[in-house]
Amino acid sequence: MSRAAARRVPTTDRPLRIGCGAGYSGDRIEPAVELVEQGDLDYLVFECLAERTIAIAQQAKARDPNAGFDPRLRERMEAVLAGCHARGVTIITNMGAANPHAAAACVRDVGVQAGLTNLTIAIVTGDDVLAMMTGGEYRSLETGEMFVPGSIVSANVYLGAEPIVEALLHGVDVVITGRVADPSLFVAPIVATYGWTLDDWRRLGIATSAGHLLECAGQVTGGYFADPGVKDVPGLERLGFPIAEISPDGGVVITKVSGSGGLVTTATCTEQLLYEVHDPAAYLTPDVSADFSQVSMTTMGADRVRVSGASGRARPATLKVSVGQFDGWIGEGQISYAGPGAVARARLAANVVAKRLELIGVSCSDIRYDLIGIDALHGAARSTSSSDPYEVRLRVAARTPSEADAWRVAREVEALYTNGPAGGGGATATVRQVLAMRSTLVPRGDVSWRVDYEAIP
Amino acid sequence: MMLREIAHGRTGDKGDTCNISVIARDPRDYPRLVRDVTAARVCAFFAGIVEGDVVRYELPQLGALNFVMTRALGGGVTRSVALDAHGKSLSSALMGMEIGDSITGERQDP
Repeated sequence: MSRAAARRVPTTDRPLRIGCGAGYSGDRIEPAVELVEQGDLDYLVFECLAERTIAIAQQAKARDPNAGFDPRLRERMEAVLAGCHARGVTIITNMGAANPHAAAACVRDVGVQAGLTNLTIAIVTGDDVLAMMTGGEYRSLETGEMFVPGSIVSANVYLGAEPIVEALLHGVDVVITGRVADPSLFVAPIVATYGWTLDDWRRLGIATSAGHLLECAGQVTGGYFADPGVKDVPGLERLGFPIAEISPDGGVVITKVSGSGGLVTTATCTEQLLYEVHDPAAYLTPDVSADFSQVSMTTMGADRVRVSGASGRARPATLKVSVGQFDGWIGEGQISYAGPGAVARARLAANVVAKRLELIGVSCSDIRYDLIGIDALHGAARSTSSSDPYEVRLRVAARTPSEADAWRVAREVEALYTNGPAGGGGATATVRQVLAMRSTLVPRGDVSWRVDYEAIP
Repeated sequence: MMLREIAHGRTGDKGDTCNISVIARDPRDYPRLVRDVTAARVCAFFAGIVEGDVVRYELPQLGALNFVMTRALGGGVTRSVALDAHGKSLSSALMGMEIGDSITGERQDP
């Protein structure tokens, strides 16, 4: 039996405690270690799969069959696996990306290196529907056009909590998945712990509210929040990551490790509750159509907020597929100007680049000439400063059909060093291939998932 | 006065759709938000950035409004040529929106 299977049963006095150890693939490492050591957790979730990450991982897997999972998986597991194993904390993560089996092998290796025994890893697959998408006719929700099979790099359906629940009921120490809806990573341990059914929409709505609040880690504990003098946050340099306490009756409290940086208030929780939400009464996941429209927040003490009133209705009949497609290239160049006349020289530089691209016949669309410090983020209309800034940075970015044209855009900016206005410094030229993510819907019945297990005896 | 004086908010992104929450610092100011920060005003404020519709959802028990703006992220986070492709900075822009100091002083912008 795995260590985690021997876990204590949560009670109203000591509710289920789930921590979030990462809100994106590049997130800090130490807050998760702090959660393991001081969080008194039952589960630790790492959410590391952005929209585009899996398409990039799919390309990595095509080059190397042992690659295609999160590049920082080993580093994260080396930081937390032994501590979680010793304390009976189960890890759930989507760091499997395009290759959950290879990711599980990596976790197993970390366990062996650390001398761990009696460790079971569950591997959830079935989200990769590339073969299905290339073999059928599907329409993009965004463009309304049919996908051209040859252009598709990746296609992953958002799985829900169900396969993870199955893995947890089997009694495992680590669950590795590919694409799973972010809140479902948290819904699963709540459902598995309390034996809630997967058609108990109200309770699934409650669990989804907790998962949604936690999925971006530090964004609910004071990250993406501070505004000096208006919304001050202490200790951002050692921001604590969140813990959700879930009682048997469905009560949810958001908190963090005492003494860590950041803060948990009704304000941080309200901002995060609405983050990436459209209609608050219908937040769709594979598990439920969650209803946050009646949610309220109550301060229960320092860095403790109770979240109540979430509910839900029947889950959607279809599942969403995230489709990665090549969509041309982006060439970008930047160069800075300073001192008296800086803005005029930057504008002249932009003008020179525009004329050069016409002269040499570069094919591009969506070209932007931004003056960073003046109008780069929101355009000139909202930029109301009357005096020129001391320094300004020109940014030229354009979408091109070919890599060669992307480089020609970028290099025209760099060439301003010797051919452009006076005093241009710090030029950069970059090119990237665009992996555009689009989506489509498929019937649930077309998708089948499975759970495999791997163990260190 | 600026919206920032009585509210705070956060931007989220999904594809080419952006949502911005506007939350009253003091719940007693929520009615002012409802009155002054209309979908039409937000749409006008983001002219040139938001090419689609603006829909407003009201959450009185949180003292919050949620604005959902379509065709707002230059074709979508993954393909936009914008510097801030996610539109993360848009909530800060909105916090600079002028709102009426009082009912009588309110400007009747679109």
